Amino acid sequence: MTQAVQSHPKLYESQKLARWYFVVAITLFGAQLIFGLIAAYQQIDPNFLFQLAPFMTNRTLHVNAMVVWLLVGMMGGVYWFLPKETGREVVGITLAKIIWWVIVAGVTVVVLVYLFVQIGPAQWTTIWFINEGREYIEAPRWADIAIVLWVAIFLFNVIATVLKSRRITGILMVLIFDLVALGALYTAGMHFTVNITMDQFLWWWVIHLWVEATWEVLVGVLMAWALMYLLGTSRRLLETWLFIEVALVFGTGIIGLGHHYFWIGTPEYWLGLGGFFSALEPLPLVAMVVHAVYDAGGHRLGAVNRPAMFWVIVQAFGNFIGAGVWGFMQTLPQINMFSHGTQLAAAHGHLAFFGAYVSTVMVLVYIAAQNLRRPVHIPLNSRLWGWAAGLLILGIIGIGGAFTLSGFTQTLVERAAGGSTWAAYIQGYTHPWYANTLWWRFGFGLVMLTGYVLLVTDLLSIGKRAEAPKAVPQTAAVATGGGDV
Amino acid sequence: MDYGWIEIAVAAVFLSVVITLVLSRGAGWLSWRFWRNAMVVSSTVMILVLLWLSFDTAAQTRPGGERLAPWTVINHEIGLKWNPEKRWQEPVIGEETGFFGKVYSPEEAYRLVEKGKLVVQSRNCMECHTLLGNGAYFAPDLTRAWLDPWWEERIMPMVGAQSREEAMRTWLMNPPQYPQGKRRMPNLGLTEDEATALVAFLKWMSAIDTNGFPAYFGEMQ
Repeated sequence: MTQAVQSHPKLYESQKLARWYFVVAITLFGAQLIFGLIAAYQQIDPNFLFQLAPFMTNRTLHVNAMVVWLLVGMMGGVYWFLPKETGREVVGITLAKIIWWVIVAGVTVVVLVYLFVQIGPAQWTTIWFINEGREYIEAPRWADIAIVLWVAIFLFNVIATVLKSRRITGILMVLIFDLVALGALYTAGMHFTVNITMDQFLWWWVIHLWVEATWEVLVGVLMAWALMYLLGTSRRLLETWLFIEVALVFGTGIIGLGHHYFWIGTPEYWLGLGGFFSALEPLPLVAMVVHAVYDAGGHRLGAVNRPAMFWVIVQAFGNFIGAGVWGFMQTLPQINMFSHGTQLAAAHGHLAFFGAYVSTVMVLVYIAAQNLRRPVHIPLNSRLWGWAAGLLILGIIGIGGAFTLSGFTQTLVERAAGGSTWAAYIQGYTHPWYANTLWWRFGFGLVMLTGYVLLVTDLLSIGKRAEAPKAVPQTAAVATGGGDV
Repeated sequence: MDYGWIEIAVAAVFLSVVITLVLSRGAGWLSWRFWRNAMVVSSTVMILVLLWLSFDTAAQTRPGGERLAPWTVINHEIGLKWNPEKRWQEPVIGEETGFFGKVYSPEEAYRLVEKGKLVVQSRNCMECHTLLGNGAYFAPDLTRAWLDPWWEERIMPMVGAQSREEAMRTWLMNPPQYPQGKRRMPNLGLTEDEATALVAFLKWMSAIDTNGFPAYFGEMQ
């Protein structure tokens, strides 16, 4: 309720911490784009920075920056809404602040090591201090331990705050359930085995069960809370939708893990199981679209925060198209045998991460931006946010399209026709249908970077301008049905 | 395992639905309580099914078991055979020929492949290549790299090697010296021991039964 603005005009300590989470998240987003652009240019000219900062280094930084900033952004969202949801300061906030700055320092060290040390000899010291060489979770073992400690403190913050507030809502129930799984799954990636099949088997427990299960549920929680804030939708309705989504996400996504077990040496029954359950994985994403659009329409789009509401809609459709449609396109083993390990997977990755997670963090960041400045503007609006969002979305669609075309070409030329050898691989990436799209990727990457610059400019200025409509929080928010700030 | 995928899928869905219905007696199917139960039940059932299948998978994917060759496969010839029923290729293990002119004992072979795996991780191979199709798509898939005809057709004469393993080792120790195609592989500073171990790892990996992936390997032009 808007009274929250009145009764608690100052930010909770937890929300001040959330601000730092968002600042670091947006900074790493910038780093992700820069390293992505360098990697994209190296596809055009493989001699660019060859030996100095080869493709593998830029690609490592590109994907690791992404994993970290999205996770940090979503955790920031939890620190933002937790005191509002429980009506009290987060328990253990000092500990949370300490571990946060430890993590920021740790991430800086890891990035510098990735950038300047890059690789090491085939010894345990490399695994412990340089990089683990396991895509997406390259972080050296010492950093793994720090990350587990960080998630454990985060979990403690959430559980202790909920217990102390003596208030358990459906949203909090799902959040706790999900965070326990998310934290536990990370440890599945902290091991070394010679057996590459078991290595990949458990590696997917982190990658798939994060991105296609626990992260999706975390997004469901954050979106449910955001819709309550933005539109004032009833809690009962939102929580029921959330339960439906979680039932479907976990009901299909846990065994849907099997679509990564088609070709890694695991038994044949995974072909059927993985194909069947992963084909159903888009179902909860359809549910999310229906529910977001229904809620928005029900309130005639009269949200208290225009950019955040826009990104909610982008999230609903982006998640469905990027994760659902592009995922389904290649999830059945009959096509995956040829498309697995091609640029088509990268097309899906780009569209899905943007649709599902980047847009979620955008929603949270804009909600925070609205409340970090006084007076609070309702509805929050600016000229710039639309340009920033538009360019980011145009950029990612262009990049996704370019990857899709090179993916089709690689699938057909290298795999289906060429017999998947080294020679066939070269035939694939030198094919004009593949090679010509490399420029598009880079060009649309520049479009995204422009959108990013506008986004940062907007976040630094939105709600500050004198001519923006002055808020009378109570009446304005009540009129638009605004919720828990 | 005695169950096929359809039986497992039907059982998992059936259990989820029936347990939810039993626990939610009296609650309408559009109610808060019904879906809270559905969420908890479907998650629990699926986690249990996954754990059960994971134990079965782990048992079938032990090196020397049904689907993965023993470490000593590095001493043998390896090939791919067309399975006309499934219409995909399966690895076949041939006669013992040694590796770099030596026959490795099981313990020695394990140590060598282990070292090779450490090379793969310490040099971050997967941030350009794919292994078993997973990785960064910037360089060729390495699942069947040992069996790639390119080594004998192109690399052996180029580096002046007498055997495939020697060609691979020499090439891997200084790839930019022998560029192949537009994209080059950087010099990752492999020592001779590391390069030998890496070749052993790649050879062992090429004998994994991957359900026919990558399709028609080396059979097309």
